[in-house]
Amino acid sequence: MAVMQATLPRRILSTPTAGPLAALVLACVFFAFKSDQFLTGGNFSLIIQQVMVVGTLAIGQTLIILTAGIDLSNGAIMAFGGIVMTKLAVENGLPPLLAIAAGLAVCAAFGLANGLLVMKINLPPFIVTLGMLNVVFALTHIYSQDQTVTNLPPEMTFLGQTFRVGGTNVTYGSLLTILLFLLFAYLLGQTAWGRHVYALGNSPEVARLTGIRTNRLIVGVYTVAGLVYGIAALLLVSRTGVGDPQAGQTDNLDSITAVVLGGTSLFGGRGTVLGTLIGALIVGVFRNGLQLMGVPSIYQTLITGILVILAVTVDQLSRRRTR
Amino acid sequence: MTPVLQARGLVKRYGHVTALDGADFDLMPGEVLAVIGDNGAGKTSLIKALTGALQPDEGEILLDGKPVRFRDPLEARKHGIETVYQDLAVAASLDIATNMFLGREVRKPGPLGTLFRMLDKKRMREESAKHMEDLKIGLRSLTQPVESLSGGQRQGVAVARAVAWASNVVVMDEPTAALGVKESGQVLDMIRRVRDRGTPVVLISHNMPHVFEIADRIHVQRLGRRVAQLKPADHNMAEVVAIMTGAMTVTDGKAVVADKGAAEAIGLS
Repeated sequence: MAVMQATLPRRILSTPTAGPLAALVLACVFFAFKSDQFLTGGNFSLIIQQVMVVGTLAIGQTLIILTAGIDLSNGAIMAFGGIVMTKLAVENGLPPLLAIAAGLAVCAAFGLANGLLVMKINLPPFIVTLGMLNVVFALTHIYSQDQTVTNLPPEMTFLGQTFRVGGTNVTYGSLLTILLFLLFAYLLGQTAWGRHVYALGNSPEVARLTGIRTNRLIVGVYTVAGLVYGIAALLLVSRTGVGDPQAGQTDNLDSITAVVLGGTSLFGGRGTVLGTLIGALIVGVFRNGLQLMGVPSIYQTLITGILVILAVTVDQLSRRRTR
Repeated sequence: MTPVLQARGLVKRYGHVTALDGADFDLMPGEVLAVIGDNGAGKTSLIKALTGALQPDEGEILLDGKPVRFRDPLEARKHGIETVYQDLAVAASLDIATNMFLGREVRKPGPLGTLFRMLDKKRMREESAKHMEDLKIGLRSLTQPVESLSGGQRQGVAVARAVAWASNVVVMDEPTAALGVKESGQVLDMIRRVRDRGTPVVLISHNMPHVFEIADRIHVQRLGRRVAQLKPADHNMAEVVAIMTGAMTVTDGKAVVADKGAAEAIGLS
């Protein structure tokens, strides 16, 4: 029998990001009618700046959720990474680039620790990262003595600088965030490593029996996620201009929100990193649009919560249909 | 004729339980060999030992007459032994072509592949299509996720993958257990085509009609050992079941009543 390719409309409908993308476009259309300041280059540049830290954390979160795991410690790891890099540079006089590298390495090391605990002792990722959240949170406050680090060298705030694109100021950090999303979209979609991450999320036993080294893969995913949290730390430092021990305390849940809104399944094995970008933008667009309309910020939280429940419901229902 | 795959005196103990108690095994070139046995007879342990999923405590395994040792399933696969596991065959959310090449992906030629590690999806799709066509598995699209297929089609993908990579042996563990009548028929047809291409097949099954329909020979496993090797043409199903349960034994190629009460209970005497 002949084997044909799926027709184009069918392909679009079966694309998991189609729903989130439609939601994003509809939200933009709605807010464009409600506020004439919404649909401007400057406002969109602002939205991206507002979501870039959580968005970058959500890249790591996507990787882990694709393996049917979850990471509650990413915001705390980011805060610690930010303190490490700023303190080393400002108080210990380390060259800024070296201090940044040290911050990235520390974040990757915490990711590695998460991965080893999940793999070696076979603990549920929820518990491992919940414990790590508390450990890293405490370490951050002990190491920083609850002091905010200020007077950062220019290398550390460079990503907060802007360049002009057709009359709009865009930060280098926004550009880096977009590039990171594209890089991980490529790794997940076009390389064997990406295919293996999905296979692992579908069923670890199937993946093992097909000859994938699943233990190495899990540890690798958590370590890479940790490194990405380090980049988020640098983005955060460059945006706020300080090393803040209080930073990122709700960012773990916000990153999960972005992943879920982007159509990635919490059961693992299904989803895309570009969906996560769309999910992060949905949160950003709603916050920004409601703010422009003068809606109090607590309603923004309310609506975000409803959106998450809607997204998970859609995921659950679509799974039931394919079973 | 040298057996393709052979085992001599395999022993596997788990604490006080002896799963394999000096089991022998012979698979001849180009045959479908059914492995049958009661629950706890050691079928699964035998198959796991032959495919690298467990390491026997004693005994040896020979591939084309040469001793081999498989430390894990990957090593058995490297020696051309492919296994279709009953429930653990495919990754549900990935498409057919990806499943066919899972763990053995093909990268693009040139720097795109070596430097950027980019997959050659087109080539993997084309080769998958060829394999699926060889086994006459009709599918609308190779880019649809495996979870959107019927049980029989899914099993088809698993079989096609095993056959595509098996240079020596295909092992199938209860491939029809979860399938309906029509889909079971399709899988049996596939097994025949695999044999006709010259690849021997080991079929583990509880389903006697299927065994009698497709097997060239039957290996009867009982109490951790091979107690008989039969040709389906020489025996009827009731006799084979009697040998399997110990009510009869095989002497000089003839089934002989060993346990009169048990044999009478199943209508043989």
